[in-house]
Amino acid sequence: MLRVIRLTKSYRTAGEEIAVLRGVDLAVATGESVALTGESGSGKSTLLHLIAGLDAADSGEIRLADVSLSGLNDAGRAELRRYRIGLVFQQFNLIPSLTVADNLVFQSRIAGRHDAAWHDELVGRLGLEPLLTRYPEQLSGGQQQRVAIGRALAPKPSLLLADEPTGNLDEDTADEVLGLARDLVDRTGCGFLMVTHSARLAATLDRQVTLHAGVVA
Amino acid sequence: MRRALWILAVLLSHWRRHPMQLATLLIGLISATALWSGVQALNQQARNAYDRAAATFGGVRTAMLVGKDGAPFPQSLFVDLRRAGWPVSPVLEGRIQIGGRSYRLLGIEPVTLPAEVGSAPAVGKAGLQSFVTPPGEMLVAPETLRDLGLGEGATPQANGSALPPLRVQPQLVPGVLVVDIGIAQTILKMPGQASRLLIGKSKGPHASLESVAGNRLRLMEPSAESDLERLTDSFHLNLTAFGLLSFFVGLFIVNSAVGLAFEQRLPMLRTLRACGVSARMLNIVLVIELVSLALVAGLIGLICGYLIAAALLPDVAASLRGLYGAQIPGQLSLRPAWWLAGIAISILGALAAAAVSLTKAIRMPVLVSAQPQAWRQAQRRWLTFQTAAALAVFVIAAGLVWFGDSLIAGFAVLAALMLGAALILPMILEIVLSFGERSARQPVGVWFWADSRQQLSGLSLALMALLLALAVNVGVGTMVESFSRTFLVWLDGRLAADVYVNAADNAQANEIKAWLRERGEVEAILPGGRADTQFDGAPIEVLGLPDHATYRDSWPLLERMPDAWIRLRAGDTALVSEQLSRRMKLAIGDRIEVPAPGGPWPLEIVGIYADYGNPKGQIAVNFAALTRRFPQTPLTRMGLRMRPDKIPALMTALQEKFGLDDRNVTDQATMKAESKRIFNRTFSVTAALNAFTLGVAGIALLTSLLTLANSRLPQLAPLWAIGLTRRQLAAIELLKTMSVALITALFALPLGLLVAWCLLAIVNVKAFGWRLPFQVFPLQLVELLAVALAAALCASALPVARLARMQPASLIRIFANER
Repeated sequence: MLRVIRLTKSYRTAGEEIAVLRGVDLAVATGESVALTGESGSGKSTLLHLIAGLDAADSGEIRLADVSLSGLNDAGRAELRRYRIGLVFQQFNLIPSLTVADNLVFQSRIAGRHDAAWHDELVGRLGLEPLLTRYPEQLSGGQQQRVAIGRALAPKPSLLLADEPTGNLDEDTADEVLGLARDLVDRTGCGFLMVTHSARLAATLDRQVTLHAGVVA
Repeated sequence: MRRALWILAVLLSHWRRHPMQLATLLIGLISATALWSGVQALNQQARNAYDRAAATFGGVRTAMLVGKDGAPFPQSLFVDLRRAGWPVSPVLEGRIQIGGRSYRLLGIEPVTLPAEVGSAPAVGKAGLQSFVTPPGEMLVAPETLRDLGLGEGATPQANGSALPPLRVQPQLVPGVLVVDIGIAQTILKMPGQASRLLIGKSKGPHASLESVAGNRLRLMEPSAESDLERLTDSFHLNLTAFGLLSFFVGLFIVNSAVGLAFEQRLPMLRTLRACGVSARMLNIVLVIELVSLALVAGLIGLICGYLIAAALLPDVAASLRGLYGAQIPGQLSLRPAWWLAGIAISILGALAAAAVSLTKAIRMPVLVSAQPQAWRQAQRRWLTFQTAAALAVFVIAAGLVWFGDSLIAGFAVLAALMLGAALILPMILEIVLSFGERSARQPVGVWFWADSRQQLSGLSLALMALLLALAVNVGVGTMVESFSRTFLVWLDGRLAADVYVNAADNAQANEIKAWLRERGEVEAILPGGRADTQFDGAPIEVLGLPDHATYRDSWPLLERMPDAWIRLRAGDTALVSEQLSRRMKLAIGDRIEVPAPGGPWPLEIVGIYADYGNPKGQIAVNFAALTRRFPQTPLTRMGLRMRPDKIPALMTALQEKFGLDDRNVTDQATMKAESKRIFNRTFSVTAALNAFTLGVAGIALLTSLLTLANSRLPQLAPLWAIGLTRRQLAAIELLKTMSVALITALFALPLGLLVAWCLLAIVNVKAFGWRLPFQVFPLQLVELLAVALAAALCASALPVARLARMQPASLIRIFANER
């Protein structure tokens, strides 16, 4: 479902060229959950951002289902994110001026793929019922991340990308949130690629891929 | 479409959660639109009135034939020209006195009056019969009827005979009386004479003018601009400049609010992009959001603008009447174009103010840059760029002072000066604050100055607005005060007679003079008179001064020949007003020719005098010579020199004996008080706009401080954590605001004096033709400094009070990861 082929990316900082990804190959099958691990600076988040179409690679190819990201402009990549990708960040990135209910339906609404039954199921499974009228600032970190997962899965994406989704949570909350995410991923049958530092959490997914100095170790 | 609406709803949700920011944005847009459209409403109202005046029975909008020297000519020429195929219609114009007040009398010939001539329909076919057959009708504007204190159908007296019954014509301009030409010839005692021939649209071939009228007539092409429009241009330019300034100060607020909203919504915008909203869609919706807000604010601003214009209209009308004799109706009537332009200016202003934020949004990367936020380097680059821009603008200002020679150039100098000062203000603040930082010894002191520097980029726009408002206040205040003092001294010289009398007509004037000669307390009777003529295409007044010590001793001459007053007696010399001398580049010893009914009048200039407040050029000649050259001059005005203690009794006796009212018999003190009242009223509009501008600048400062308050928490929380109380932090924040406001105000004072110099030495000279001495009024400067600090105190009170009362939880949250 996802294929990453010979992907490279470098950044220029203070006049110096730093190669972050040096030819990464990766594949995630439909329904498969993959943990992307590696030390700080190994290029995990960069790889995730490139797959999400948030940034453009220098060379190589990313194919999501039958679509190549390198052939898409900004609008095309935005469309891909809208319909096929769900994104979860370490910092939750909820919209602070919207209630939990509005945050949850936001992506599915703008994608035109709102499914009321699925929405209700998400609310129930994520335990968000009593929080629907609250604003993000009134929630704990774990609660905010549950809303973020709900928002990302609401349009039923083909691929869920998560960048250190439990990085700001304590161990118990992290287990609980990840457990919920995995259940929902299983329920939708989408692919799941998660960047994490935690070997313990990585071990709970189907497969682990480690990045080292910009290449798959 | 649905997607766009969803995104719009998300963007708008920000304002729901930040109502104060929304209020700030709307206040900025409303202030900008209101002040701009208010001033435009006043200008439009006045211009409508000028159009009405210009269109009155062959004003400057109509092509016409006039006498070679501007003198009346035989009406038989009209008959000759009509026979030769010219579609002409005669008009006789003159002035008559009714109840001691002067009115413009127009005699028209309604049958031949071209249909396209303005006000022609006023007579109408139905009213033609009663208009031309005795006793005829006298058409007047409703305002004139009120002024006369008479009703329709009344027959007032003038020149010893009854005038035709009055009939109201709303289209007419105030101060004009319209009658049939035959009646006008009788009233003006000019039988068979015409002043001009209006030319209608030519229907067929006609003989050449010379072949019919020889060289007795000349053709005057229609002019797009009337004398009144030319004269009042500078007044309206002044108002427009103020409106523009207020508009820009309002836009400073909008810019500050939009900029902050953009910064605060940055994470939201990135999240939207991450959720699949394209950059194009996001920017379109951002523009739609801004335009919607501008539309709402524009409508409210227009209503406020209407109210401002309605409130200022009486003063503006009084100023225009006092300064230029222009009659402006007291009721606002606005065209649809005004409403549309107001909405457009609101939207364009909002887009301009938000341009930087919108450009940032277009260029915004979805991912946050990994680079640390090097505010210091960024600020240095920004300061260097602004300072370079400021210096470039100052060079432009200097170039305009050197090479510019028009009113527009004068205003451009002012604009460049203020723009340059606004741009260089952050660098001045940076230098002063850096000095403070280097001088500080205590850690909190060092932080105080360093943090003030860091706040500069957020506060600079509001401080620029404060600087501009203060500088304009200082500049205009200094100019008005300089003018006021000069005017009062000048008034003492000009109003030298003890009593002024205005008779109903020449016959009554002779009776009054005979009666006064019998009164022992009257030391001198000083006859006065003035005639209107044209000089080099512009209207001028010719003033007759009797040969008397009163004038020789007190008439305010700016330059003179040693024997100027003696030489004036001969009737071949003149004094010219400062305005006329500047406009026509006339100097002592120059010779001019003034058109007069009997032919050109050659005069040598022997002196130049100040004539403040008179938009027309003026020359002063010997009174006897004036009456010889302009025999139609009414001789109804006179001044009296007499013992001060006998003034009240004489005035009462005059009023009782000759049926004169207070307007026609006035003592010097009343005249001076009235002149001062008109003077003060003239500048009351300026004072009101000054106060508005300062108020808007205060709001700009308040909104900037309020919007900065939240983003300041990460800087303040660590200090609270290490032991400073919230009250101490609030006091420090207050002190910081007051410090930067004080530096700004101190910079505004010399800038304001420079603005005053520009107004006095450049703008006034170009706009009005007179130059006033530049004076500094220290007390006024101290007052404005206090006002600036009070404005800063008021603006910082709310955010500081909030900080002092802030719950510890809000400060703790700064340190929490969950933020």
